[in-house]
Amino acid sequence: MKLGVLFSGGKDSTLALHKAAEIEEVACLITLRSKNPESFMFHTPNVELTELQAEALDLPLVTRITEGKKEEELADLREAIVEAATRFHIEGVVTGAVDSVYQAQRVQRVCSQLDLWCFNPLWKRNQKALLEELVKDQFTVIISGVFAYPLDESWLGKKIDSEIIARLFALQQQYGLSPSGEGGEIETSVLDAPLFKRKVEILNSFVEWNRDSGIFRINKARLVPK
Amino acid sequence: MILIVDMNWKRNSLGVYEFVLPLASIAQEMDECIIKHYLEVTSEDIAHCDRIILSGTALRDNATLSQPEEFEWIKSTEKPVLGICAGMQTIGLVFGLRLRRCLEIGMTQITALKENSLFSTAAFRAYSLHNYSVETSAEFEVLAESAKCLQAIKHRKKPLYGVLFHPEVRNPDIINRFIQL
Repeated sequence: MKLGVLFSGGKDSTLALHKAAEIEEVACLITLRSKNPESFMFHTPNVELTELQAEALDLPLVTRITEGKKEEELADLREAIVEAATRFHIEGVVTGAVDSVYQAQRVQRVCSQLDLWCFNPLWKRNQKALLEELVKDQFTVIISGVFAYPLDESWLGKKIDSEIIARLFALQQQYGLSPSGEGGEIETSVLDAPLFKRKVEILNSFVEWNRDSGIFRINKARLVPK
Repeated sequence: MILIVDMNWKRNSLGVYEFVLPLASIAQEMDECIIKHYLEVTSEDIAHCDRIILSGTALRDNATLSQPEEFEWIKSTEKPVLGICAGMQTIGLVFGLRLRRCLEIGMTQITALKENSLFSTAAFRAYSLHNYSVETSAEFEVLAESAKCLQAIKHRKKPLYGVLFHPEVRNPDIINRFIQL
């Protein structure tokens, strides 16, 4: 079955892509670039990086820019999926949803309207197991956004490793933070993964900090041999 | 031991991650589990387990609905069986119930109609993902409904339950109660 993966370039959609590719054929990636930083559906720091990541994965990328207005962005998602179905003959869509009913039900509805399969291979996964799987399988994932107290500037740009996972879980105990960022507490960018044929090297980056949240903005990056 | 039946259209499908493993993760907290694809379930599997859960499937996956003959064992077992979504639809077909078109996706208001062992509150919200419900018959009692269709049924003489919604998403207590039956 040919599938398109909804791809933000973060850890969840990249891991979902790997799960899908183990069983079915991933024919393309689909990225929605939201202009609205408050969008619950699609906002991701460094979403522009998906072009480089798609090149690293040697997969075509279907991109749509969306204003990110609630529900209207679903029309943009639908258009992007229709384009993926037309150009790459996908029969289904894969998402990296873990626990967000808000996101999952909206993608399910669009797929149902288009008579496409919809798969969520990370659905209800244990958050710690999910992070540990990334480390075990040698994904290089950095924290590219923090949006909840007590996460501060010092977390931005950090690579997710065993030590970071332990610290995130300590914060979960103390502050109820979702360690995998399922509540939007952290956003991530993937620089390398098993299916990447080359890895992303960051050439220029800076931190944007705004009172109680911040983004690790990747200004310039390139692909280099692994 | 709990037998979890993978109802997805093929063995080792992508649907396992979404519809089978979340169930297993809840059930394993209570008892040992084995997972078998519906085409691989043997009479020994049924004999050795204490209860059976039939998983749901992707919305577009109607494979078991065209093969109710693979589930004739449900008629003869006396062990508790819980069918979720495609599992409930399949139980219905095995007992001759008719499917009824009913598309619901997302959190859905469920109204309990009858006191039962799986859920106690009169109304609750649950995650739905289905194209069909069933029409009931004298053999089954209706335990719950949504504004659109039947949401939970029970065989009148056997510990045989069906829920159309997905309790593994937001209502794990329902699975825990079934395991404690």
